Amino acid sequence: MPRDLSIKKVLIIGSGPIIIGQAAEFDYSGTQACQAIREEGIEVILVNSNPATIMTDKEIADKIYIEPLNAAFLEKVIATERPDSLLAGVGGQTGLNLAVELNDLGILEKYNVRVIGTQISAIKEGEDRESFRNLMNRINQPVIESKTVETVEDAVLFARQISYPVVVRPAYTLGGTGGGIAETEEELREIAGSGIHLSRVNQVLIEKCIKGWKEIEYEVMRDNYGTVITVCNMENIDPVGIHTGDSIVVAPSQTLSDKEYQMLRRASLDIISECDIRGGCNVQIALNPDSFEYAIIEINPRVSRSSALASKATGYPIARVSAKIALGYGLDEIPNTVTGKTYACFEPALDYVVVKIPKWPFDKFYTATRTLGTKMMATGEIMAIGNNFESAFLKGLRSLEIGQYSFSHNKLSQCTLNELKEKVVTADDERIFALAEMLRRHYRKEQVCKITGMDIFFVEKFRWIVAQEEALKNMEFEELTPSYVRKLKKRGFSDKAIAEFIQVNEDDIRELRFKWGIIPTYKMVDTCGAEFEAQTPYYYSTYDKEDEVTVSDREKVMVLGSGPIRIGQGIEFDYCSVHAIMALKKCGYETIIVNNNPETVSTDFNTSDKLYFEPLTDEDVYHIVLKEKPKGVILQFGGQTAIKLANFCEKMDITVLGTQPKQIDEAEDREKFDEILEKLNIKRPKGKAIWSLEEGLLAAKELEYPVLVRPSYVLGGQGMEITFEENELKRYLLNAFERDKENPVLIDRYLMGREIEVDAICDEDDILIPGIMEHLERAGIHSGDSTTIYPSVNISDDIKQKILHCTKLLAKELKVLGMINIQYIEYKNELYIIEVNPRSSRTVPYISKVTNVPIIELATKAILGQKLKDLDYGVDLYPEQKNFYAVKVPVFSTEKLPQVEVSLGPEMKSTGEVLGVGKTLEEALYKGFIGAGKKLPSRGGTILAALQMHDQDEFAFIAKRFFDIGYKFIATEGTAKKLENSGIVVQTINKLSAGNEEILKLIRSGDIDLLVNTPTKGNDKQRDGFKIRRLAIESSIQIVTSLDTLSAMADIAIKDLSADGVDIYNLGH
Amino acid sequence: MMKAQLILENGAIFDCKAFGYLKEAIGEVVFNTGMTGYQEILTDPSYYGQIVVMTYPLIGNYGINLDDMESRKAMVRGFVVREKSDYPNNFRCELTLDGYLKEQKIIGIEGLDTRALTKILRDFGTMKGIISVRQLTPSQIKLKMNNFSNTNAVSLVSPNKKYEINGDGIHIAVIDCGIKQNILREFSKRCCKITVFPAFTSVEEILSVAPDGIFISNGPADPKDIPQVVETIKELINQKPITGICLGHQLITLALGGDTNKLKFGHHGCNHPVKDFITNRVYITSQNHNYYVKELPPGAVVTHTNLNDQTVEGMYFKDLNIYSIQFHPEAAPGPTDTAHIFDEFITVIKGGKLQCLEI
Repeated sequence: MPRDLSIKKVLIIGSGPIIIGQAAEFDYSGTQACQAIREEGIEVILVNSNPATIMTDKEIADKIYIEPLNAAFLEKVIATERPDSLLAGVGGQTGLNLAVELNDLGILEKYNVRVIGTQISAIKEGEDRESFRNLMNRINQPVIESKTVETVEDAVLFARQISYPVVVRPAYTLGGTGGGIAETEEELREIAGSGIHLSRVNQVLIEKCIKGWKEIEYEVMRDNYGTVITVCNMENIDPVGIHTGDSIVVAPSQTLSDKEYQMLRRASLDIISECDIRGGCNVQIALNPDSFEYAIIEINPRVSRSSALASKATGYPIARVSAKIALGYGLDEIPNTVTGKTYACFEPALDYVVVKIPKWPFDKFYTATRTLGTKMMATGEIMAIGNNFESAFLKGLRSLEIGQYSFSHNKLSQCTLNELKEKVVTADDERIFALAEMLRRHYRKEQVCKITGMDIFFVEKFRWIVAQEEALKNMEFEELTPSYVRKLKKRGFSDKAIAEFIQVNEDDIRELRFKWGIIPTYKMVDTCGAEFEAQTPYYYSTYDKEDEVTVSDREKVMVLGSGPIRIGQGIEFDYCSVHAIMALKKCGYETIIVNNNPETVSTDFNTSDKLYFEPLTDEDVYHIVLKEKPKGVILQFGGQTAIKLANFCEKMDITVLGTQPKQIDEAEDREKFDEILEKLNIKRPKGKAIWSLEEGLLAAKELEYPVLVRPSYVLGGQGMEITFEENELKRYLLNAFERDKENPVLIDRYLMGREIEVDAICDEDDILIPGIMEHLERAGIHSGDSTTIYPSVNISDDIKQKILHCTKLLAKELKVLGMINIQYIEYKNELYIIEVNPRSSRTVPYISKVTNVPIIELATKAILGQKLKDLDYGVDLYPEQKNFYAVKVPVFSTEKLPQVEVSLGPEMKSTGEVLGVGKTLEEALYKGFIGAGKKLPSRGGTILAALQMHDQDEFAFIAKRFFDIGYKFIATEGTAKKLENSGIVVQTINKLSAGNEEILKLIRSGDIDLLVNTPTKGNDKQRDGFKIRRLAIESSIQIVTSLDTLSAMADIAIKDLSADGVDIYNLGH
Repeated sequence: MMKAQLILENGAIFDCKAFGYLKEAIGEVVFNTGMTGYQEILTDPSYYGQIVVMTYPLIGNYGINLDDMESRKAMVRGFVVREKSDYPNNFRCELTLDGYLKEQKIIGIEGLDTRALTKILRDFGTMKGIISVRQLTPSQIKLKMNNFSNTNAVSLVSPNKKYEINGDGIHIAVIDCGIKQNILREFSKRCCKITVFPAFTSVEEILSVAPDGIFISNGPADPKDIPQVVETIKELINQKPITGICLGHQLITLALGGDTNKLKFGHHGCNHPVKDFITNRVYITSQNHNYYVKELPPGAVVTHTNLNDQTVEGMYFKDLNIYSIQFHPEAAPGPTDTAHIFDEFITVIKGGKLQCLEI
């Protein structure tokens, strides 16, 4: 049947900011869906609050609204645009929930918008636990004994019936937020309580725990005519009990016989048929490893993280096909874009193994509880492809960028067997390394299986890897033979690992290997196991005989991607990589991208001319360079991941296009950089690099407290702190040198001024600054966690000229070709520089969208030798936008990470961002805050305040503004006094340290609308403030830890803004 | 492990390592894209005389059990995998792949670039191959290749004498050209009484058990190798309803005046989309054939078409009560989505009519 021609204008809801449980995968699938619909001549109206996405680009949709994702703003968009249809399932759980809400509020009916693809009734049936259970009963599909409850008491009653342990799963939350396994009634009360609170419908499911069963997923599709197919199945190496987002996953399943495979496949297809899914769906199943017994865990009636993974693992574009199905096509009418010959109605056959490993944020949040469970904690993931399990797995390990090039983990080698066992049983992010270490110490593999629930099939593979590592340790360089080295390379061993074990240089191994002709060959991902000739330029490395890559004679440029999404390096770098590719294509180059993140647009096989799905390490990248012989590689768009390769490129004579490795090093090396600033006469907060505690304390005295301390060579302000006095500094330095003795600690005078950020495009002669951004929060809060304002409000023309001048000087001195990002502080009318990044940055997509300057395209052209003067956007300062204000507001996932500090500081904590656009600054901030999920207390609301002494005066001033328009105050003693002195009526509450838990009770009661708390320093879990903040965040109470943010909230409150009173802005055509 | 070579008819040679029973093998080399189901493939009589290459790289992961056999023994000549699993695991695992092949006296090879091999077969078509464990001279290779013939495959996999499977339902006479056990299981599941006959049984003998209908099974090689069976079918037409799968479908085609031909590299896998004009749906099917219906017999209504290459996958003769299918609705291995075909077979055998969309 042809497509439904009555569909003319489709509304697509994006997934909003990147948070844990909802990352870049929805940019990938959303972008694909928009393109699939648009190419049919249908108008696409897109709403997504996340500016860092490809999806919100002019090229992707017709009308683009970067607006808060809630029903009120969506109704405004619908009223303005009057779409005839809504595609619900491509914006993650956020998009799905909103579609349901719009339906339930009658908004869809009111504006005559129909849902295309999977219908609301089916979504509800699939998502609501109880109706899903009924559905399963109807078609005789087993489910785990469970019951939906709305109160903790009912949860406890049911748990008594089915006996502990039980699993708690909240309804309608993403990434299993708020869930957990309760072993005792006490634990159940806690988990169920928070789960009920977090659930949109205040329901949790209590179910029998089946820990230890295999967790298998099927990605399935169904069209409007009832045709059903399986795209891929996946096996979690970690059994049921660990969220699939936190599990190491392999595709296809490895340990299922055909009987089991087909049994679960059939079950999945029966479910989506009965549920009337139209498009993609994910089915999660638990399989008893000792029988054919299985149980359906849940389904996700939409594209998902797993579907993105399945798409990249197979080459089958699930989101694209789902969108086509929504338009009315049958699976047999949608062409398979990979083969170009067959149709979307088939099941991909893999002839390789895919391994996905999660990327966790614990390197940043080292105080966090790292125990994995049913709540997802990973911020991103990597995928690796090999034609054996070991190679996919080892490639995966080194793709994680956690300093692991082998299975051998330094820290864990110091642990006792008992400690290792503990780690393996409780399961944390380092579990796999602990497991390897146990096997290394001859712990029985059978017992490893027993305590972890992992299949011995995998454990044996791990044991083999460990055995080779141990063998290498006892080997001399001269003892290596070509056949053994080839065997190791086939199994994914890195040169670096081999070199470390036999204690030689990585270069020695590479040279030996090259001498022996042991170099990788590349195989194609083609969806069909080579049965049909494929057109896809999508490759992975092997050490097989035949190489399938045809190297063209066109001039090529290689772009290095940014790897897994992590705090400090998010989707914005994928945005930059993709735009660089698009610009290179425009300039007539053949484009090659190397990346390992399955969630991204950059790893969509039709983004670049060639895609290499490989780890971003020296060795792996070098091989591709040798193969393709590009004109050069571009590093500056791939974040720190790509920049890290600069030295290696220089060493190996690989042409780097854009700013050169030498200058990259100068910008990143503190001392060299200081020399440059000195020479250029640019100020920076005084500081120095110190190598010992004594040196540090002395330096701080000279500089005067407060001082900013941080390790050198880091991203995202990792380990950065502001210390106000000697004891704090002592504690910090002791800690820092214990963790890393190799590198110095940087210590700077801390200037409490206005923070300003610019991105500039440089062509060696001229620069162009698309926009000067001002941070709402004063210096001291990491730029990634600051609210960023454009156009600036408080920056004088004089300072702007100074910024231009300094940026130009620096760009010229560093011979920047392409992008540079600089952060300044304006302090007492002087400009200080605090950070320079010789690369693209987090703010590029945002500023590009609000200024309409195609920043990456211009930068890419500059890199290729074009001059800014000859391009259409001029030089120096680009004229400021006059029509609106646009603010970028950070979004945090802190509630998902137990025991992580909430308050803002120099170390970055946010996972994503939203944009707020308004005709006044207050409107923009209002929309930004709402979009970021901040709950602004309505008038008459209650504010609980507990502030540090030196913040109390300033707070009282802001509080007065709230008080005057009707807000109520409760405060701890010192703060309360200050408020009273300012004429504010305030109720005093005891401090926690007074041994009184009154304040915790108050927070838990939910009678508080806002908590204002400025922290004393240190990530100390024992402190009262830390406890209060954690409790508030876990109780979903809005917290403000910066007085600048609070002041902005006061401005908004005074204007009494609401969705009704503000305009929406189309940033598209 | 012993070094070995896979030598193809076109001269391509793959160095590899032998496992299983270390004895030279010659056969027609075909590839199968199924990611699971190697045990069913090994024991499928349709593979008799063939060396099977698995495109999925890790084979033997869940071992071998004694329950999932499709016939009494392994039928392939040789088995080619990128990597066999030495440490399989599954709750039903009874033997390793290596152990099973040893027991069945079949050679396996591993450690070769199976994707490169598959591409040769795709591009140049199915061809003969030798798995050798010692050096062969070019003339030896040539001689062995020339001497290889698989034309008597059916007689070697068909049973020696008839046997019965009890049931309360309709009575089906099966002409066994190398039947997969799961076909019999599917009929049994539907309570059929089954009498299984050797392929070369006379019409009289078949009719002597007074069956309600005939089923012609799957089996190895070219349908034109067994004209006797075609003649038997010709005689049965108009006397009894006739159904068939795979080779059976091809034999019926020849019996009714259609023609068959060889495919370039066959259909072997679990992911073939087939449009079903009876239910108007597309199904993913399990397939294993090298020959196809090139020319339909007069009066045939196409019931199923392969969406990849548009070949005939099913045909129906309403007046003659004949209905046959090219793919494998019995799965094993592969999707069980088309199990309803067996209900349709029974309908036809009972004299009922199928409703097929006009195409």
